[in-house]
Amino acid sequence: MQFGVFSVGDVTTDPTTGRTPSEAERIQAMVTIALKTEEVGLDVFATGEHHNPPFVPSSPTTMLGFIAARTERLILSTATTLITTNDPVKVAEDYAMLQHLADGRVDLMLGRGNMGPVYPWFGQDIRNGIALAYENYALLHRLWREDVVDWTGKFRTPLTGFTSTPRPLDGVPPFVWHGSIRSPEIAEQAAHYGDGFFHNNIFWPKEHVQRMVELYRRRFEHYGHGPADQAIVGLGGQVFMRANSQDAVREFRPYFDHAPVYGGGPSLEQFMAETPLTVGSPQEVIDRTLVFREAVGDYQRQLFLVDHAGLPLATVLEQLDMLGELVVPVLRREFAARRAPNVPEAPLHPRVQAAEAARSAREMA
Amino acid sequence: MSATGTRSLVVVSAGLSQPSATRLLADRLSSAVDQHLREASIEPHLEVIELRDHAQDLTNHLLTGFPSPRLKAAIDLVLAADGLIAVTPIFSASYSGLFKMFFDVVERDGFAGKPVLIAATGGTARHSLALEHALRPLFAYLNAAVVATGVYAATEDWGRAGVGADDGLVARIDRAARELAASMAAREPSAPTDLFANPVPFDQLLRSS
Repeated sequence: MQFGVFSVGDVTTDPTTGRTPSEAERIQAMVTIALKTEEVGLDVFATGEHHNPPFVPSSPTTMLGFIAARTERLILSTATTLITTNDPVKVAEDYAMLQHLADGRVDLMLGRGNMGPVYPWFGQDIRNGIALAYENYALLHRLWREDVVDWTGKFRTPLTGFTSTPRPLDGVPPFVWHGSIRSPEIAEQAAHYGDGFFHNNIFWPKEHVQRMVELYRRRFEHYGHGPADQAIVGLGGQVFMRANSQDAVREFRPYFDHAPVYGGGPSLEQFMAETPLTVGSPQEVIDRTLVFREAVGDYQRQLFLVDHAGLPLATVLEQLDMLGELVVPVLRREFAARRAPNVPEAPLHPRVQAAEAARSAREMA
Repeated sequence: MSATGTRSLVVVSAGLSQPSATRLLADRLSSAVDQHLREASIEPHLEVIELRDHAQDLTNHLLTGFPSPRLKAAIDLVLAADGLIAVTPIFSASYSGLFKMFFDVVERDGFAGKPVLIAATGGTARHSLALEHALRPLFAYLNAAVVATGVYAATEDWGRAGVGADDGLVARIDRAARELAASMAAREPSAPTDLFANPVPFDQLLRSS
């Protein structure tokens, strides 16, 4: 099972100090967080993609390429790549290039984005959100699998005799996750292709997450990709930890109360009760995360959101230390002990698998 | 009416005080609809949603994008209703903000063809047309089947002889209730489509997108 972090890349004022980081600071902080993710023994760093302030990551493959050069085993991913407003040809090229540079340590998560004006800014219409996700991915899927593509669709100019370069590394396209909070059409899409399905698991109560994952699993089996319990599922989650849960709640509360996404709304306690947000001790995070498995079955990837709402970098790095030392080793053990036989790991590029095998052989020796 | 069976009748009341004139009107309407349904050999199943009880959760839903379990249960009742009675006080020449907040968070698709009775209360009769220029367009947007008679109750209506008078409050309540009961009886009991239980296959989605 893979563990990692995903970052929205928001520039938010720290409500406890009134200080707002610059874009330069925030971008460097994201890189520092990614490097720390590998250092503490986690597996995945995923960046968001946004095209409006207060978010900095508009160019994910540039950032991930830089991180790739400074890491050795970290899987570089996205949360999410906008399949609606990006040209699928450019997505095919950018992520294939990244895959070569990172020696296969790349996958990506597709999403539709949630900021209305981004569609017209990129020449699209938000009412076509699902249709764009379908058509653009259908093209992306072919561009990575067919050397020469003739193609006509509704949303971009036709292609005749087009070859997307570079070709995927060793002919193996990056693994794709489809992320959606509430659209059954996207779970259906993920199932149809036999790709992964990711639920951000942040805003919605457990029952909604369950329904989406259950639908994806059932349809994955329907489309002949294997038994439902072997479908590839990823979940998000957000945590804030201190050794004592009272300290965690006291320190996190101002960030929660002023967070752009839920500030002014429910209380921290209510939000914790109704969503997977966990603010408490490392043991509470472990217990809560293990419950996700009871809700959705054995799953392959767990990403935590730890660097939002104006939390200072030093605090975020402390969170990563705790994840790496106290939480994830226990979760790896406990999830492995509970996992049903025959449940696969999330697909990795063969080069990454080989590198991992070599690494564990060295460790054994 | 020859239909038989059961129908769910849901009342949404946006009254603020307790007791409120809005709830008083809602109760008169629901008992009148109840009676007309029973006369048509239909067993009504009545649920009342007091929006005051959901005021905080509605604000939270607007800010976070998802409903609390309690608000979700109320929304589901409305989505599954065979008939709806929607009653609001008139504030500043329109429905109250609380009333609008609730209908802002219920999926629009859930109203298509649903029989709805609109009603409102106010201090004087001068705002009675708010039913026609505010509530009726709202439910028209939602594709609901709003019955012809809307019921507006001004404070003074409660002190007037209603029974017997052609345009008295009691007569208007009865006329509107009869219309709603007839619409509900004429329509098959509604089963909200569950896209999770019955997903649309991918190739069909692809063709329609």
